[in-house]
Amino acid sequence: MKPFTYERATAVADAGRSAAIPGAAIIAGGTNLLDLMKLQVETPDTLVDVTRLDMHAMEAVDDGFRIGALVTNSNLAADRTVRRDYEVLSRALLSGATGQLRNKATTGGNLLQRTRCNYFQDTNARCNKREPGSGCDAIEGLNRILAVLGTSDHCIATHPSDMAVAMQALDATVEVMAADGSSRNVALQDFHVLPGDTPHIETVLEAGDLITAVTLPKPVDGSFQTYRKARDRASYAFALISVAAVITIKDGRFDHVALAFGGLGPKPWRDPAIEDVLRGEEPSTALFGKAADVLLADARGYGHNDFKLPLACRMIASVLRDASES
Amino acid sequence: MANSPRPIAMIETTLTINGTRHEVNADPRTTLLDALRHHLGLHGTKKGCDHGQCGACTVMVDGERINSCLALACMHDGDEITTVEGLGQPGNLSPMQDAFVRHDGYQCGYCTPGQVVSATAMLGEAKRGWPSFVSDDLDTDVALTTQEISERMSGNLCRCSAYPGIVNAILDADGQQPEGEAGAEIVNLVLEGAQ
Repeated sequence: MKPFTYERATAVADAGRSAAIPGAAIIAGGTNLLDLMKLQVETPDTLVDVTRLDMHAMEAVDDGFRIGALVTNSNLAADRTVRRDYEVLSRALLSGATGQLRNKATTGGNLLQRTRCNYFQDTNARCNKREPGSGCDAIEGLNRILAVLGTSDHCIATHPSDMAVAMQALDATVEVMAADGSSRNVALQDFHVLPGDTPHIETVLEAGDLITAVTLPKPVDGSFQTYRKARDRASYAFALISVAAVITIKDGRFDHVALAFGGLGPKPWRDPAIEDVLRGEEPSTALFGKAADVLLADARGYGHNDFKLPLACRMIASVLRDASES
Repeated sequence: MANSPRPIAMIETTLTINGTRHEVNADPRTTLLDALRHHLGLHGTKKGCDHGQCGACTVMVDGERINSCLALACMHDGDEITTVEGLGQPGNLSPMQDAFVRHDGYQCGYCTPGQVVSATAMLGEAKRGWPSFVSDDLDTDVALTTQEISERMSGNLCRCSAYPGIVNAILDADGQQPEGEAGAEIVNLVLEGAQ
């Protein structure tokens, strides 16, 4: 690990100002950042510790449920309101990492996780995300775990979060405070950006921005919610593909349909076109196939990850069948 | 740009470990794990992967289990840490430690401190009604079945694969009847003989 200066933030506004200085990084749970610092993938000059800030609360608010950025993955998954009204989120969180890591990992930090691409984590490999302009060894390499949607010639990394996939299906909003103290809300759908030719830029956050909370809209009454995850081990493994679903059926037809996918793209993937195909239609195997066709219309395998295309078809069909039989 | 090494400012951190207050003056890079082992001489907590993958370094911070290798000591200033030494000592084992001995919940023993601390905290999580990914219903409290224990303990690897003994030890410490186990009778005979 490279040497750094440690600063403990005591006010939200100060944290943003300290973090705005080039070379500074915010640390909360640290489960991803410290790991990457040990590998020297991340080499911040200054760490701004935000864990003492007052962002640990979860509360029902007028138009939904507000989750402070420092709420741990464990506490969020175990919260009785989340378990009852936002089951998909609880399930997604519980499918990720381990008991020890979930006790440390925070809501804000989870959104900002870096990719688990092996070439990003290997400082001897070429990686446009870690070192812009150096090239991408993953595209021609062992890319089994990597993306098939939203990729570019510069990067095929996936976003590793389970939590964010569920939040995407729940239409979450991210609350951000800028270094000047002003706040803004960003729809989670707009929070992460595609790699294009700047894969080192992963979100719309600017220097000095601090995630203060994530807000969920009111729960969808009577919805079927599930988080389906395919992975290489039964526990403690990142998703090869995951599907978060929030679905209602009315008069035998799909009504509310929200589907988000992990493991397929560089961001928690949600495509409204899939939902348009399903809404108002009667569930059928042919319809599920049509939804999969829309999901994968622009998909592209890179060799080792070609299996993700048929696997995604089966997973979307399986989740939709479960929803229609619920 | 000249790469002149910057002087590293040491940081004074107060940690209460197993009820005793300690001051650590260390480089900010010092993990909680290294503070315990290298600065305070508490060698019970083990370093396995040093990347949060194996669980050998599991300790409790304010009662919650974490990987001490992925925590900076300076970020835990003022916190209460429990290590395996704080659970029990030879001759005065905690119920979980005792169950690991009786159910042969280890072979080489390197992962055992992490397993024991993790399992102890995990029982607390279950008692508070925390669900797991394999829980069928998130609305009701869950019984700790073998499957539940395996899922909840997936952050602790045992390279010797003593998992059946580990699961039985945890079932026993939870007050449940362990499943049939090969060799358990022999272990008990040996233990009785030693007494």
